[in-house]
Amino acid sequence: MSISLNNISKSYKKLKAVQDISFDVNPGELFGLIGPDGAGKTTIFRILTTLLIPGEGTATVAGFDVVEDYKEIRNSVGYMPGRFSLYQDLTVEENLTFFATIFGTTIEENHDLIEDIYVQIEPFKNRRAGKLSGGMKQKLALCCALIHKPKVLFLDEPTTGVDPVSRKEFWEMLKRLQKKNITILVSTPYMDEAALCDRIALIQNGEILEIDTPEAIVNKFPKTIYNVGADNMYKLIQSLQKYKYLYSVFPFGEFVHYTDKRDSFEVADLRSYLEKEGLVNISIEVAQPNIEDAFMELAR
Amino acid sequence: MKEENVIEADQLTKTFGEFTAVNAISFEVKKGEIFGFLGANGAGKTTAMKMLIGISKPSAGKAAVAGFDVYSQPESIKKNIGYMSQRFALYDDLTVKENITFFGGIYGLSRKKLREKREQLISELGLENISNKLVGSLPLGWKQKLAFSVSLLHGPKIVFLDEPTGGVDPITRRHFWEMIYKAADQGTTIFVTTHYMDEAEYCDRVSIMVEGKIEALDTPKKLKEQFKVDSMNDVFLKLARIPSPTLPKGKGENTDCN
Repeated sequence: MSISLNNISKSYKKLKAVQDISFDVNPGELFGLIGPDGAGKTTIFRILTTLLIPGEGTATVAGFDVVEDYKEIRNSVGYMPGRFSLYQDLTVEENLTFFATIFGTTIEENHDLIEDIYVQIEPFKNRRAGKLSGGMKQKLALCCALIHKPKVLFLDEPTTGVDPVSRKEFWEMLKRLQKKNITILVSTPYMDEAALCDRIALIQNGEILEIDTPEAIVNKFPKTIYNVGADNMYKLIQSLQKYKYLYSVFPFGEFVHYTDKRDSFEVADLRSYLEKEGLVNISIEVAQPNIEDAFMELAR
Repeated sequence: MKEENVIEADQLTKTFGEFTAVNAISFEVKKGEIFGFLGANGAGKTTAMKMLIGISKPSAGKAAVAGFDVYSQPESIKKNIGYMSQRFALYDDLTVKENITFFGGIYGLSRKKLREKREQLISELGLENISNKLVGSLPLGWKQKLAFSVSLLHGPKIVFLDEPTGGVDPITRRHFWEMIYKAADQGTTIFVTTHYMDEAEYCDRVSIMVEGKIEALDTPKKLKEQFKVDSMNDVFLKLARIPSPTLPKGKGENTDCN
């Protein structure tokens, strides 16, 4: 196992940040921790990168114990924290040289690993890190986390607040890194990114809701989802919320995802109810569940 | 300004030295409309929004917000709009009640009106049990819902929401949008930025900024037809991706975020 957590818990005073978390990440796997702010994702990262001692339980990274062997772990992992934490007053090149030097390597030695990413920021290599755009900072931080050729890469919310184009580019970079035999643990609040991971853990309020491949999690969804549309979205949601057979209704893009309490659901029943409510241009069709549906069902 | 338009921008431009951050954008937003203001990081959204809320003087062009001119009446604009950002919205060290009282006071609500509004708001959000708790101790989703309600305290004609749902859990994110629908239904205009493309679909109309210009503006349905794609995510990728600022051409593999 590249990463293994066994019954890890951690509390800050009264607050239980994570409770009894166990999961394994296989070598070369791209594993996602998916959950909103406050779910406990950063606490897990800090424990695995030896920056925080777990309250209970044990964990290993690259075969080393996070408490006993913290020095070995620090040499074998790369960590990109959620908050930009490079030296703002050093240039792009100076930051990279600095991180290479403390790990006893050089930019040249592992250049092939970062080449793809570094070419994009090389034109700005003499610019101070503090003066880079958000996307550029993110790429520099990734280069610095990779410069010593880590076995395991930890990325804490690398795409939060990043636009869809840059997010897509970032995930393309991760897929290429994965092919170079680096195990990656990545966290994100964007549920659509979950589908890009090999396996995911859905996490909320310090507890794991489910661990599996994205496909398996979606396939386990217990209900049939209907895409319901009408001219007035607000009235549609209000009407559905009053419907006696409602199980759940959530807006999803141009439709709402509706699930019904009954085992035998008649589309015509719902349609006539919505017509009576005064809605027009009603459409009702079966829809495929996605990770977000699964998360909301598990979090109920 | 026509009565039904709450925002009118005409060739609105902002330059910083040689750099044109916002390049002659023109658009109108109607009363009660939910208007999505999208763009990649660095496309000029924040700069444009700052001009519209009266805290940054345009370099050229015209704009009126809530009937007031952005050059000569920025103070009147501020009184007639609500604003909520992802980064700062409320004081963590004040309680729920204190935050409401503070912001209501700033917007000049009378004591009686403020008391009414405060009670109404707390009961609508179901915060009765925690109204004396520090805002800092609340989950992010509650904070954002409270911040949105606070931005509506003074009955603004329009409310500007800058990435209001970033990092919020999926259920709360949807409750938040139900609040947006409700406010719009009651006649408040909503001007919102987001990186969640499913939220772009909830808007009545959406504009997409690319390198300082508005490259597309229409209903989500028409934009999808125009670009012959199934989702706003694909519209966004088609528009904002070419030319990609960072990715070398032909090197990326297809890892669509769907």
